[in-house]
Amino acid sequence: MTEKDNYLAKILERKQPSDDGGFSEEGLERAKALISLYPKKRSALIPLCHLAQGEHGWLTERSMEEIAELLEISVAEVSGTASFYDMLHLEPVGNYVISVCTNIACMLGGAYELLESIEERLGISVGQTTLDMQFTLEEAECLGACDTAPCLQVNSRFFGNLDAVAFDKLVTDLASGALAGVVPPHGVLSRVQRVFSLMSGEQGEAAASNTDETLGQK
Amino acid sequence: MFNPTDPIVTKRMSFEDSYTLSRFLATGGYEGLKKALSMSREQVQEEVMKASLLGRGGAGFPAGRKWSMLRKAPTSYLVVNGDESEPATFKDHLLIEKDPHQLIEGTIIAAYALGVTQAFIFVRGEFALGFERLTAACNEAYAHNAVGKNIFGSDFSVDLVIHPGAGAYICGEETSLIESLEGKRGYPRIKPPYFPAVMGLYNEPTVVNNVETMSNLPWILQHGGDAFAALGQGSSTGTRLFALSGRVKRPGWYELEMSKTTFRDLIYDKNLGQGIIGDKKIKAFIPGGVSAPWFFEEHLDMGLDQDAVAKAGSMLGSGSVVVMDETTCVVRASWRITKFFHRESCGQCTPCREGSGWLEKILRRIEEGSGRIEDLDLLMDVCDSIAPGVSWPPQQTTICVLGPSIPSSIASAIRNCRDEFLEHIKLGHCPFEKDHILAGAHS
Repeated sequence: MTEKDNYLAKILERKQPSDDGGFSEEGLERAKALISLYPKKRSALIPLCHLAQGEHGWLTERSMEEIAELLEISVAEVSGTASFYDMLHLEPVGNYVISVCTNIACMLGGAYELLESIEERLGISVGQTTLDMQFTLEEAECLGACDTAPCLQVNSRFFGNLDAVAFDKLVTDLASGALAGVVPPHGVLSRVQRVFSLMSGEQGEAAASNTDETLGQK
Repeated sequence: MFNPTDPIVTKRMSFEDSYTLSRFLATGGYEGLKKALSMSREQVQEEVMKASLLGRGGAGFPAGRKWSMLRKAPTSYLVVNGDESEPATFKDHLLIEKDPHQLIEGTIIAAYALGVTQAFIFVRGEFALGFERLTAACNEAYAHNAVGKNIFGSDFSVDLVIHPGAGAYICGEETSLIESLEGKRGYPRIKPPYFPAVMGLYNEPTVVNNVETMSNLPWILQHGGDAFAALGQGSSTGTRLFALSGRVKRPGWYELEMSKTTFRDLIYDKNLGQGIIGDKKIKAFIPGGVSAPWFFEEHLDMGLDQDAVAKAGSMLGSGSVVVMDETTCVVRASWRITKFFHRESCGQCTPCREGSGWLEKILRRIEEGSGRIEDLDLLMDVCDSIAPGVSWPPQQTTICVLGPSIPSSIASAIRNCRDEFLEHIKLGHCPFEKDHILAGAHS
C-alpha cells in the first residue's frame, strides 16, 4: 500500500465508530431535560447537537437520528440545520480542535505567519486532522479576544499572544497531558447542567456553581 | 474623562472572582433588581427612557423605544443577544465571562419592565467558558430567588434559559438569531415586519436586546435614569465599553464616557492605547467594527459620539476600534475583511453571496501581484451592485445588512489609498515586506 492509500484507509476507518454513535443513557436523560426548558421542542436542536458532540467529539449519523426522533422532526432537518454552523462537526475530528483566528486584528498581529508555523509544526494543512487523531486544524473567524492577538482556541479554550515558540510549547503540553486540567475534551457547551426550571417546578440537588474548578481559569 | 471613577458595567472586572455570586452580592449585586421590583413596570420603563440608553449592539437604537414597540399579546419574549461576532469586538465576551450575574440582573429587570415570563440569553458558541459560567450563574440565581418563581417575594415570575450558539456570524442579526433559537439555520427573515417586537420568536412579539445594554440596567435602576443621562453628550449618554485592537501598544477594553473622549485619546493616551507599536504613523482606523467605513488621520480628534461619527460617514457600531499603521497593507486588510464576509454570508441573497466572493477573488489577485489596472473600477462596480451608490448609510439590496456592509472597507481603501492599489498592480507584487503572507491563507 502506498502512503496515500494508507492515509485514505485510515480516514475511512475513522468514519465507522465502534459503537453505534447514539446517546448514552445519561445523555438521553439530559437531552430530555434540555428539551423541557423550551416552549417548543425544536429550539433544543443546537443544545442537543452540542450534547451529542460532547459524547463523541462529532455529530454521528446515529446521534442525528436520535435527535430527530426526540424533537419529532426529520433527520434531514437536523443535518440541514447542523451543517449551517461552524462548530458542529459532521465528520470525526481530533482530540484537540485548534481554531486559529486570522481575522483583521489577529492578522495585524501576525496570525498568518503563526498559522504557517502551526501547519509546519503539526504537518497538516487547515481543515485536516493528524493521523494519530490528536489534532484538527481550523482557520477561524474573529474569536473575540483581539486584545491578545494573535489568538487561537483549543477545544473552545483561549490562548493568546502566541508565536511559533509559544505554540510549540502548547502542542508539547497538550500531547503530554500537562494541560489536561485547562483544556477540557469536546462538548464544553453541555458540561454545566441546568438544574432549575420554573416550568417543570423541579429543583436539582447538586447545583453546579461557579465555584467549580474548571471555570476558574483566566 | 477617562475611566470614570465609578464605572458602570466594568466595576467588578478587577476582582479575580468577579463571576461568582458571593462577589456579586458583596458589591451591590441584585440591588437594582430589588429596586425595580418595588416600582411599577411603567416606572421602570420611564427610568430607562430618561437614561436614553442607546442599544449597544451596533445599530444604536434607543432601548426604551424598542420596548415601547412591543405589541401587547398574551405571550411575548425577551431575547438577549450575546452572539457577539463582529470582528475586533470583544466587549460582550468580557461582560458574559467576567460578570454573568450583572447580565442576569439586567435581563430580569428588562423582563419585569416588559412583563414577559420567558427570557433567553443567546451566547455565542465560541464563548464556551462564558457560557458555562453564565449557566452556572443562572443556577445560582435560581437558588438565590433572583430568577424563577415570585422573585424576592414579589408576584413577578420569569424563567430564564441560557442558549448556546454554534458558530455563525449572521446569528447576531436579530431575526437570524431568532431562527437559530427556533432550532433552524440562521437565515435572516424577510422584512417587513421590520421588528421582532411585532413578530419574533415563535411568531410572537419579542424584544431583542444586546448584552451590554442589559448590563447597564442594574446601575440605571440604582442611580436613576437622570444620572445616566448626565454622562456623555446629546443622544450619546452614559459610558460605553470600547474595544481597541490592531497596531497599538496597549490593546484592550476601556469603559469611557460617551462623546468626551476622542479617537486620538483612545489610541494615544498613556492610560489607554499608548500609541502605535514602534511609534509608527497611523494610516487608517476602523471606528466601529469591520462593517463600518474606515477613518483616517483627519478624523482622530472626533469624539466617541454616535451622531458625530454617523455625520462623518461611518458608524460607532459595536464600539470596536482597529488601528492600521504605515506598515499595514490596505489591500491585504480589505481582502481579509471581504474574505470574512464571503465566508459568513448566509447565501440567501445573490448580491451578497456572489458579490462577496468576486470581490475577495479580485482583491486576492491584486495582493498576489496579478492585478489589472481595470480591477479598481471592477471592484467599485461590484460594490455598486451590492449597495447601489456605495454611499453611507448604504442602500440595501438584500434581506439583511450583512450585504451592504461588504463594500465599506473596499470603498474606504480605494477612495483613500488608491496609490497603494496602483503600486501593487504596477510592481506585480505587494510592496510591503510580508508579501508571502497569503501562502498560508487557504480560501
